[in-house]
Amino acid sequence: MMADTYSSLPNWKYFLRRYGVLTGLGLVVLMTTLYFYFRDPQITEAVLASTVRYSTPLVLGALCGLLGERAGVINIGIEGQMLMSAFVGFLVTAWTKSLWLGVVGGVLTGALMGLLLAFMSVTLKLDQIIGGTVINIIAIGLTGYFYQVGLAIDGKLKPIPLGPLANLPLVGKVFFDNPPITYAAIVLVFVVQYVLFYTKWGLRTRAVGEHPRAADTVGVDVYFMRYANVVLGGAIAGLAGAFLTLEAVGSFERVMTNGRGFIALAVMLFGKYTPLGAWGAALFFGLTSAIQTQVQFAGVDIPHQFIGMIPYVMTILVLAGFVGRTRVPAADGAPYEKE
Amino acid sequence: MSETLALEVRNITKRFPGVLANDRVNFALKKGEIHALLGENGAGKSTLMNVIYGLYSPDEGEFFVDGQPAEIHNPHDAISAGIGMVHQHFMLVPVFSVAENIILGSEVTRATKLDLRTARREIRELSQQYGLDVDPRAIVEELPVGIQQRVEIVKALYRKAKILVLDEPTAVLTPQEVEGLFRVMRQLTERGVSIIFITHKLKEVLAVSDSITVMRRGQVVGTTTPAETDENGLAEMMVGREVLLEVEKGPAQPKEIVLEVKDLSVYDERQVEVVRQVSFDVRAGEILGIAGVQGNGQTELAEALTGLRAVLSGTIHLNGVVVPFENPRALTEAGVSHIPEDRQKHGLVLPYSIADNLVLSSYYKKPYAQNGRRNFQAVLGNSVELVEQFDVRTPGPQVPAGNLSGGNQQKVIVARELSRPVKLLIANQPTRGLDVGSIEYIHKQIIKERDAGAAVLLISAELDEIKSLADRIAVMFHGEIVAVVPVDAVSKSDLGLLMAGSELKKEPESVG
Repeated sequence: MMADTYSSLPNWKYFLRRYGVLTGLGLVVLMTTLYFYFRDPQITEAVLASTVRYSTPLVLGALCGLLGERAGVINIGIEGQMLMSAFVGFLVTAWTKSLWLGVVGGVLTGALMGLLLAFMSVTLKLDQIIGGTVINIIAIGLTGYFYQVGLAIDGKLKPIPLGPLANLPLVGKVFFDNPPITYAAIVLVFVVQYVLFYTKWGLRTRAVGEHPRAADTVGVDVYFMRYANVVLGGAIAGLAGAFLTLEAVGSFERVMTNGRGFIALAVMLFGKYTPLGAWGAALFFGLTSAIQTQVQFAGVDIPHQFIGMIPYVMTILVLAGFVGRTRVPAADGAPYEKE
Repeated sequence: MSETLALEVRNITKRFPGVLANDRVNFALKKGEIHALLGENGAGKSTLMNVIYGLYSPDEGEFFVDGQPAEIHNPHDAISAGIGMVHQHFMLVPVFSVAENIILGSEVTRATKLDLRTARREIRELSQQYGLDVDPRAIVEELPVGIQQRVEIVKALYRKAKILVLDEPTAVLTPQEVEGLFRVMRQLTERGVSIIFITHKLKEVLAVSDSITVMRRGQVVGTTTPAETDENGLAEMMVGREVLLEVEKGPAQPKEIVLEVKDLSVYDERQVEVVRQVSFDVRAGEILGIAGVQGNGQTELAEALTGLRAVLSGTIHLNGVVVPFENPRALTEAGVSHIPEDRQKHGLVLPYSIADNLVLSSYYKKPYAQNGRRNFQAVLGNSVELVEQFDVRTPGPQVPAGNLSGGNQQKVIVARELSRPVKLLIANQPTRGLDVGSIEYIHKQIIKERDAGAAVLLISAELDEIKSLADRIAVMFHGEIVAVVPVDAVSKSDLGLLMAGSELKKEPESVG
């Protein structure tokens, strides 16, 4: 009567059921990449490299979102956290002439914005959507008000080739010749994945997001776990902001996040609240964006607005087609009231 | 006394705004006993247990564990003192595995990594030791309720609990699961665990406990043992007056057929035929009881009869006429009253006031509305009258229904459904989760309706309720009605067999 539960299946069947689609998709991607690489190595490398670049702020934003939501706090303020951090990071660098201090400034700003969100949603038990909106509005307002035309920084974070790895064909340029925040993003994906699913911290975080009272009755501090995860998430969003000004562009412009914080939310859902999934989703979105750029360069005779739609349309198609239902943490968005 | 006490609390007082929930409560638990804590809903049992488990901090009072004074300010203190609690609503994370749920908060780790392998081994050892079979790899939400409860018990034992608090553990279980739980409880006490068993079911108390403490209105009324008392004695202690456990009723005087169901079939949400070709009738002036283990189609049958679920095939006649059963309002106006199974989901709008809840099925009619405008005066007047008449205990009719206790919520529903002319009453689990006082009251009301000439269809999973109220009993099993018998012609054990799906022998050995 009941469908087989995963736990009762033999290992290989379990693997196929759980990762079958993913493995298949991976193979298809690998084959197409190789095909294009042998046709035109240069363009292929360029497309893949910009895929990783596009994906970096998205995957960082998604990590921020999913840390919060796994702990039960919806964060729609990622956009604002990124924007504010991008701005502060830029200012710090402009004043101190140090890119690294700028990155630290950005991360701290993100963490502070996270603290603000945690205070509103955990302590004040404010509606979390409103809390996130407050953060977005604050960020747009403050950065717009204090923005000074003409402020500039010298250079930006440079790629660090990883020795001989960087000279490998195809993957060398794409994965092993990146600037620091891009490396950090990739490392963070695996770190957060490990922390969430294989450590005590992760077990408690997920418990607090699914059934806070159950966690409370076994002595887990629900408020602390929520605060900590939202603040950590904010710091990661801060890194995304620093990426934008200090690694990608090298200057600040008004509302330069341009919706990336919201796309990061979609990426998080798309990746089913898992860091690896979010990374896959961010890379996919990055790839479509890179292809879109290439198509524009190639000068195809289609209005550019339509070409600009490619990433979004593809995302909707894949989201609707492959991903199936996403399971939201049960206590997501619900303030915890101690008895 | 030479016996050592596992736990003792003295002079526990806990106030909530406007309520004295525990008033100088003393309670002593001996080592290795099952001690029942009995009381009506709102008597202060759960408050006391939450105090003992550190979820509430008492305004006054002292704790002694193993004869030593103890400080308990939060669940963590309680756990370290060897107190484990199985809450009425399970504190399990549905998407976690059994092992993850059990170790949460007391995780075993190797370096930074969770050591689930060791945890699973320990859990297996523990479950063998205490005879509590659980699969540590299973996902909790896929397990039946009885097994989830077992997981909760293992979770407490994993934390080295020597004192186990079971808060209304039988409320969610089927009769078979209750038997299983009692076996487990006895095994636990043999291994030195002391158990506090909270309930308001008298039979269970007498069946399983070694001593009994009764609470009423925040105070301990007395402590006794099963040998010294019986159901009537306990009920009297609980309620503070004599209670009729068996409803007094005269013989039924069935008249014309009111409800006639022929070959009715109904699907559930998964498009499975859960009511199959069911036929029966109910006459004016009689109560037909539908007995059966939960999940054998009774819920869907009741929903089909009240217009809440589409009928797949078959006919339903009310007073000889086919009524539009897909329209609940037409049913109400034809004189069908319905006490639904889930009072909070289907019986009341919890945030609405009692007054509004009382006119849910008549708010659009005179005098409650005129020319599309509501007449609040009339609504209020109606509610004052009904609250008085049906003995709803409330500070006033403007209180949201959600603030009432379960028994009073049920009284509001009964008041609404029975305060208009009733031709057919469909009562589905009318007393589930209620205390003896409220049960007595609702039973009386149902009998009153029968004697006034209404046809009553009573659906209940409580065999005692069916036996004492119904005039005829229909047993449902796997969506079919397997037998319809007069109440006097069948014994409880025979009913149990029928409910379990076995055929009845031609000559029942014991009758009555």
